[in-house]
Amino acid sequence: MRVHIDQEKCCGAGSCVLSAPEVFDQREEDGIVVLLDAEPPAGLHDAVHEAVAICPAAAISVEQADRAGRV
Amino acid sequence: MTTAERTEAEHDTGRGAGLTPLTPLTPLAVPATRAEGCPFDPAPGVERARREEPVTRATLWDGSTCWLVTRHQDVREVLGDPRFSADATRPGFPFLTAGGRELATVKPTFIRQDDPEHARLRRMLTAEFMVKKVEAMRPEVQRLADGLLDRMTAGRDSADLVAEFALPLPSLVICLLLGVPYDDHKFFQERSGLLLSLRSTAEEVRTAQEDLRRYLTRLAESKRRDPDDGIISRLVARGELDDEEVSSMGRLLLIAGHETTANMTALSTLALLRNPDQLKRLRADPSLVKGAVEELLRYLTIIHNGLPRVATEDVTIGGRTIRAGEGVLCTLNSANRDDGVFPGGDALDVGRDARRHIAFGFGVHQCLGQPLARVELQIAVETLLRRLPGLRLAIPFEDVRFRHDMGIYGVHALPVAW
Repeated sequence: MRVHIDQEKCCGAGSCVLSAPEVFDQREEDGIVVLLDAEPPAGLHDAVHEAVAICPAAAISVEQADRAGRV
Repeated sequence: MTTAERTEAEHDTGRGAGLTPLTPLTPLAVPATRAEGCPFDPAPGVERARREEPVTRATLWDGSTCWLVTRHQDVREVLGDPRFSADATRPGFPFLTAGGRELATVKPTFIRQDDPEHARLRRMLTAEFMVKKVEAMRPEVQRLADGLLDRMTAGRDSADLVAEFALPLPSLVICLLLGVPYDDHKFFQERSGLLLSLRSTAEEVRTAQEDLRRYLTRLAESKRRDPDDGIISRLVARGELDDEEVSSMGRLLLIAGHETTANMTALSTLALLRNPDQLKRLRADPSLVKGAVEELLRYLTIIHNGLPRVATEDVTIGGRTIRAGEGVLCTLNSANRDDGVFPGGDALDVGRDARRHIAFGFGVHQCLGQPLARVELQIAVETLLRRLPGLRLAIPFEDVRFRHDMGIYGVHALPVAW
């Protein structure tokens, strides 16, 4: 899995940080999303999918790995 | 008879929809009245619309019409689509009350603006409510919650939970954050109540709005001379806004910070007391509290009349074409009961994964203060249940006065004993 964020779209609601704090954080100065881990381990994939689903501004997207594990 | 009473009387025909088939379905009158005896459930007409005609026509109090969007996916689409505007000065914007229409004549805050102006103003505040910053406030919120319960329970075995706990807790917190003196709470709570009442006249709204504007403008001026570490001082210090603009942002935060969490706290307590099996589960396993708060947000969804938008282009939602210039109301409470997303959604289940609820709205306007609301609610619910093991309703459930007349649902008072 590869995670992408769009800081322009982000509205700073912070729901991604609650879903997957290992993957997402917020910038100190303006609360905009920061990506901590662009290729999170499998154990975090559900949490990242949840973050994508609940992001109000559609600022997070993921690319899925193919069968060989490449993104 | 006030407008709201007249509207309620006209809507009485919507009652008992589960028993008697009513036709035709459209247009549905909004705000719609909740069914007798089901105060936690959305109005039957809105529920029926979601099942039978999820994007439907509705008639508003002033005789104008708009679209009512009732399903989870459709509501997310509308609120996430920039072709639906939150700008109340656009023709066709649907107003739920005369007061709402009156407020649209004053300079708007970012809640009633579109990007890029909305984003520019909102971003001045996003750092104030970021998760880490709010999480760091837990000890302070806990201290305030304990202090309120100490006072409430000292030498007594009953009290009004709204007046003594549910309202003062978020009020103290938002005053602290903004740098507003809590001693003035009666003044701004009364005005805030008038702004949010569906029964207020345009004149009452105008006066309340003007009182708050003057109060906060004076406060902004005083912070310019004598700054503290509150949000109002920081907004003044940025130098990008004049005192009047700081005042309207402060007003928005003050009102939003009060009524929402206060009503969620009281209504959550009542919902748990009415669902003793769920209350028992939560008491037995306090680690459920975070999830239970999300479930309570979903189940209760206190923004009970829906979020207004107006289409700026023709857009198809749920198979219906909404034309440019037509108003839309997104009913969050009905969306949060959508069986397709929350199976058995009419039941409160504190073990449910309710994170996809949209009680805070959706899209770029989604509640800015939600991390704070979560911390406050988690602490309020956990502390109440832990400290008052014998908590019970002190009046018959039938006598509880629900806020059918307010834009934010809840109870006017909650007499409890312990």
